[in-house]
Amino acid sequence: MNQAKHHKAAAFCRLTPKQVNSPSLAGVFVAALKREWQLQVRRKGDLINPLVFFALVVVLFPLGVSPTAEILAPVAPGVLWVAALLAVLMSLDALFRPDLQDGSLEQLLVCGYPVAPLSLAKVLVHWVLSCLPLVLLAPLLGIMLYLPWQAQGVLMLSLLLGSLALSLVGAIGAALTTGLGKSGVLMTLVVLPFYMPVLIFGTGAMQAAVNGQPVLAHLALLAALALAALALSPWAIAAALRIAVSGE
Amino acid sequence: MWNWLKTLYHRLGSPKWFYQITSKWLPWFVGSSLLLLGLGLVLGLAYAPMDYQQGNSFRIMYVHVPAAFLAQSVYMMMAVAGIVLLVWKMKMADVVAQALAPIGAIMTFISLVTGAIWGMPTWGTWWMWDARLTSMLILFFLYLGVMALREALSPQETAAKACALLAIVGVINIPIIKYSVDWWYTLHQPASIKLTEKPAMPASMYLPLLFMVLGFYALLGWSVLLRARAEVLRREAKSGWVRELLKDK
Amino acid sequence: MYFDSLSDLINMGGHGLYVWSSYAITLVLLTSSILLPWLNLKRTRKQLSRQIAREAANSR
Repeated sequence: MNQAKHHKAAAFCRLTPKQVNSPSLAGVFVAALKREWQLQVRRKGDLINPLVFFALVVVLFPLGVSPTAEILAPVAPGVLWVAALLAVLMSLDALFRPDLQDGSLEQLLVCGYPVAPLSLAKVLVHWVLSCLPLVLLAPLLGIMLYLPWQAQGVLMLSLLLGSLALSLVGAIGAALTTGLGKSGVLMTLVVLPFYMPVLIFGTGAMQAAVNGQPVLAHLALLAALALAALALSPWAIAAALRIAVSGE
Repeated sequence: MWNWLKTLYHRLGSPKWFYQITSKWLPWFVGSSLLLLGLGLVLGLAYAPMDYQQGNSFRIMYVHVPAAFLAQSVYMMMAVAGIVLLVWKMKMADVVAQALAPIGAIMTFISLVTGAIWGMPTWGTWWMWDARLTSMLILFFLYLGVMALREALSPQETAAKACALLAIVGVINIPIIKYSVDWWYTLHQPASIKLTEKPAMPASMYLPLLFMVLGFYALLGWSVLLRARAEVLRREAKSGWVRELLKDK
Repeated sequence: MYFDSLSDLINMGGHGLYVWSSYAITLVLLTSSILLPWLNLKRTRKQLSRQIAREAANSR
């Protein structure tokens, strides 16, 4: 009698009642991907502005330093990488804020599914929509900076791998500063120190390509950074979102 | 011993107890830091023998090395305090973390400035993009980031947890940053005076360093306690024991 | 003492300026990292006790 009572109480108190037709985590992940895709495709300005920013920063260098090939070509890898890095950082600023404002971020936190994979869906879609165009634009700007031809492929490949790490790490900063109305400079201050390894290995790969040295080691290190970020940062993003939204 | 530590830990979670016990600890930190720093300064400046390669400029080591040492370990302490806050929800850990950030930044700044001054007689230039100086500079920016985040966020509980998370993320990243900067430096290594393997330091050379490191730690404790005590009073201003304490002053 | 005279100690074989300036900067920063929190603690105590006295007077 007593035990039956206990059983009933336990079933009643169970925090997440078992539903017969509750979708699996994979299903929810795919749904989140679709939702993010639709939302981010519609925010055209947020997609185009970082590209324009990237091109503008690159244009500043010939104007500020020198338009001659002898000076521009050696600094081109660094200039392209720094400009791309800043563009990725700028594009991340609005990653979570619209969701916070319309309340869907809170829904994400209370929906009962682990937050980390769902926030990963957000970052992945952002990477595809914001960083891939950047990667495609980079060779054009590379030509304008007299980047040697043999480095163009490595430029795209290193940016492809690097921007994934940059997006994932930057999303932690974006999540931490979501609660603020405006976070531009603060987020930059918080995130940029963490970007330095990616910058070092990214430009390292390109320097090697320019000098005709093997690039595989550099790219492998970049890939390792991206994979480590892929494995670890979703948990940090999830924790940061919890802190930003509900203060716990 | 273990049980004693556990009780101490639990008691330190209480703001009132923290305030009371630290007033007893404070004189020890004051005395030991003044004694050790004074001893280290006199021995390091006047009694340690000259380095045969660098001459007397090596005496900068006695302030540079302890500062660099503390700059790194204070960040670790901040991350440990962050873990204590996030996992065990101990609010006093955040008071300590908040007190640690500025002194950590100051230590990083000291090590950067003395490193630059040391660079002039050794390398012939104020600044060199040396691997260690560069990682120290990045560490300085990490401290500034944590402090800026705390400044910007409100309420205070949110800021505390956000800073704790940032410190933990930073500690995971510091080895990666250090490794990548070392790697970058070996790629771009400029011609520099390479200090060859040093012979074992005589006691008259390393004893002052030992005193200075311990003295810096004691001073860190002193500064952190001062900041933490003020912060405890501010946070607990509405509670009974603070009113009782400050009533008749 | 390692040095023969006081002027030797100050000069340090030509490196005196570097050594003494870095010690001076360190001492100033260390002193300020004690002095400023200490003044802040005193000010906090004073402010809070004044506030408490005022509230006590108001409630009476």
